[in-house]
Amino acid sequence: MTTRIFGSGIKRREDPRLITGEARYTDDIKLPGVLHMAVVRSPYAHANIVSIDSSAAEAMDGVVAVYTSEDIGDGLAGLPTAWLIPDSDLKTPEHPALAKGKVRYVGDGVAIVLADDRYRAQDAADAVVVEYEELPAVIDPEEAAGGGAPLIHDDVEGNIAFRWVMGDREASDAVFDAADVVVSERILQQRLLPTAMEPRAAMAQFNGATQELTLWCTSQNPHIHRFIISAVTGLNENKVRVIAPEVGGGFGSKIPCYPDEALVSWAAIKLGVPVKWTETRSENYLITIHGRDHVQHVEMAASNDGKLLGVRATVYAGMGGYLSTAAPGIPTILHGLLYVGPYTMDSVFCESIGVMTNGTPTDAYRGAGRPEATFLLERMVDNVAREIGMDPAELRRKNLIPAFEDGYEVATTLIYDSGDYPTAFEKALGMAGYDDFRQAQADALAEGRYLGIGVTAYTEMCGLGPSQVAGAVGFQGGLWESATVRVTPTGKVQALIGASPHGQGSETTLAQIISEELGFPVEDIEVVHGDTTETPMGWGTYGSRTTPVTGAALAHASRKLKEKARVLAAHLMEANVDDIEYADGSFSVKGSPDQAQSIQDVALMAHLAWNMPEGMDPGFEESQFYDPPNFVYPFGTHIAIVEVDADTGEIELQRYIAVDDCGPQINPEIVAGQIHGGVVQGVAQALCEGAIYSDDGQLLTGSMMDYCMPKADMFPNFELGETVTPSPHHPVGVKGVGETGTIASTPTVYNAVLDALTPLGVKQIDMPLTSAKVWGAIQQASANGGGH
Amino acid sequence: MQVSMTVNGVAQEADVDPRTLLVHFLREALDLTGTKIGCDTSQCGACAVHLNGKVLKSCTLLAVQADGCEVTTIEGLAEGGEHHPMQTAFWENHGLQCGYCTPGMIMASAAFVRDNPGASEAEIRHYLEGNICRCTGYHNIVKAVKQVADAAAGA
Repeated sequence: MTTRIFGSGIKRREDPRLITGEARYTDDIKLPGVLHMAVVRSPYAHANIVSIDSSAAEAMDGVVAVYTSEDIGDGLAGLPTAWLIPDSDLKTPEHPALAKGKVRYVGDGVAIVLADDRYRAQDAADAVVVEYEELPAVIDPEEAAGGGAPLIHDDVEGNIAFRWVMGDREASDAVFDAADVVVSERILQQRLLPTAMEPRAAMAQFNGATQELTLWCTSQNPHIHRFIISAVTGLNENKVRVIAPEVGGGFGSKIPCYPDEALVSWAAIKLGVPVKWTETRSENYLITIHGRDHVQHVEMAASNDGKLLGVRATVYAGMGGYLSTAAPGIPTILHGLLYVGPYTMDSVFCESIGVMTNGTPTDAYRGAGRPEATFLLERMVDNVAREIGMDPAELRRKNLIPAFEDGYEVATTLIYDSGDYPTAFEKALGMAGYDDFRQAQADALAEGRYLGIGVTAYTEMCGLGPSQVAGAVGFQGGLWESATVRVTPTGKVQALIGASPHGQGSETTLAQIISEELGFPVEDIEVVHGDTTETPMGWGTYGSRTTPVTGAALAHASRKLKEKARVLAAHLMEANVDDIEYADGSFSVKGSPDQAQSIQDVALMAHLAWNMPEGMDPGFEESQFYDPPNFVYPFGTHIAIVEVDADTGEIELQRYIAVDDCGPQINPEIVAGQIHGGVVQGVAQALCEGAIYSDDGQLLTGSMMDYCMPKADMFPNFELGETVTPSPHHPVGVKGVGETGTIASTPTVYNAVLDALTPLGVKQIDMPLTSAKVWGAIQQASANGGGH
Repeated sequence: MQVSMTVNGVAQEADVDPRTLLVHFLREALDLTGTKIGCDTSQCGACAVHLNGKVLKSCTLLAVQADGCEVTTIEGLAEGGEHHPMQTAFWENHGLQCGYCTPGMIMASAAFVRDNPGASEAEIRHYLEGNICRCTGYHNIVKAVKQVADAAAGA
């Protein structure tokens, strides 16, 4: 082998089926005799159901049945919330698959229609007559938590589902009371629509004789789906097979187990025929989880000479009408624990209040809690810089944690694994030409042009995570992964993994790990995932965990195989094991290089088992369960340069520089792709995306006509750089990179725009920074005599 | 309603419900599931096909409107067992991740470059407004399309 496969930007193994249209996503799979399910959904955000009349629908051509929650009875248990954060007075209101007596958001399911064709199913759903008694609705989480808001669940007093506190309020008060400077801001983390390009879909088939249910669905974690579908249907878990075929993106929105997946399963069992459901995009926007939705009251304390002393926040986190699968963990564990960021700051405090509202349920969306933390931190650092008259880059430089290789404990009790923040920071500043830019900015201003620069230094925790920690923070599952490396007699590899990638390129990167460890050519390695019957248990693909956790399991399984191969090769060559040398997939005897056994030779001999060393079992396959000892903490610095047209409020993103450190890069092309995509998602939160509700709870951004998805012409080519700091606890040193772009980019672009607007006296604008809002803020500031 | 069209070079005839969208006809009746549905409102372009050589969003057209037309889908883009240059460029440039927008992206881009060899990066970004990708941040899609556009200009 001339070039190392590890670190090589090889073309992806998954692409041939994707560029030709041969890949099969859930809705592409056909079963004979399938019935299509359409869901009758509430048009009201909050209402009592007075009556449901399905007689007209039932009489329509092709309609097989219409069911309501009464028909289901106890045939389906409620959907569980699976992150039960401790010490938070958590309430978990019932979440039935179809509403019982009351609907709690627009889109809440009321009845299902089964028909022989999807058009007819939808027609019949439209013909179901539901009488509602409309109730007042509330969307804003802070308002919903205030007294006098409509009560959404009788058993969730004051709409407060949980109240989670991190840190000591009195200690925080002491720091803030004594500080030279305290800055504060009310930050709105607007609701976002995850918008995986493939809408969700589910198809179920039940075999009455064997009592086996097969569910094809758009899942990031088929083993968790099996677990939950088993629980809600009452079928034994070993009789439930969940298959996540090709999955077209998730970004967190395909983690939860939704009512729809339970309903197709129930209907398939009830009717004895396969049942399929595919959501439309407008349905997706109504019922598939949303992200973010925080109202944050944030403060930061600092000294006049630029020492950051503490940060604290009260967060109202909108949960929507029901508590989704992992929802309580997002604005708490995955949020507050990031409050220190990459800085030497000793005082943190967070009170996070989970609030039921009449919006769509929220849950993990790319970054999940960490973007909301990084934004508030970076926003406040810029505010401190402005307050004390220090350049924001200089303020960050003064407060960055110095480089460390193996463990650094911060005030939130996390122990960061490794980091060299100053090196990444200076590299990014160098790429941007930061000092020159400040001069160019001043020159432009003299000509009446408004340039701005935003700098974000970040670290984040991912590679979720030690299972012991998962248990301690109430996550109702483990967070390990397992994998099997199976070599066929002819020396071809199948790697079976419990995780379920859906666009990340893991079939390629994981094959590169195996190839690096064992010497099989990467084209001889197939990574098998997504089918609970074919793959070992795993907790899924989210939280930037598949490369770090599954990758570690595969590296360890490969190393076990290599050790077996070494012993068998020694035996076959009648040499001492200690004299065996390995290079590039070949075992040779020290001093006699002509005598060699390839890994393929050894695999064949292990399968034939004609001549095995004493005590060695036949076969060539190893498995590994891997529970990470810690999270991994990628980090870096992002910089954006923008120009704002003060006459129109238009923002031009001129340059975007990202220096990220995710440890050694297995495939730099794939790493870059993750960063590009993450950056665009984060920038879009700053500039254009946002779910908007009317006061009575109607989603006004209900399709792509109204919800502003980022488009190609909003962006320049990105300028990427890297540093490489291995994780000390990981077998190949890698960290996750799936969410870093989203975590870092929102404050980067936001701060750049506000930097540009500083001379105009604009200090704050709620996201997204649409031209109308920017223009309005400029006018307002001007009216107030702001700027110069 | 009777409809006939040539899809990927093969004559097809069927009796369809008049309201059937072309994309559903392709996916359900002909089992050409490479063409995707991503938005229902003609923004995302996942359903882009060629109709008489022009790019069209097949979720916006009834099957009966395509009567008598030549339709090419992603399954019919490759010729003689070789990937179309746009397919190759997407693969070589890591221009896709989850792959769901990819068939539409490739169909749209292939027609664009055929008609605009040598297109600039800005022109490509502007043209791609009609195709939405959630994974790639467009960076490598633009790179892929530019590669083919440059090659087309040089040929």
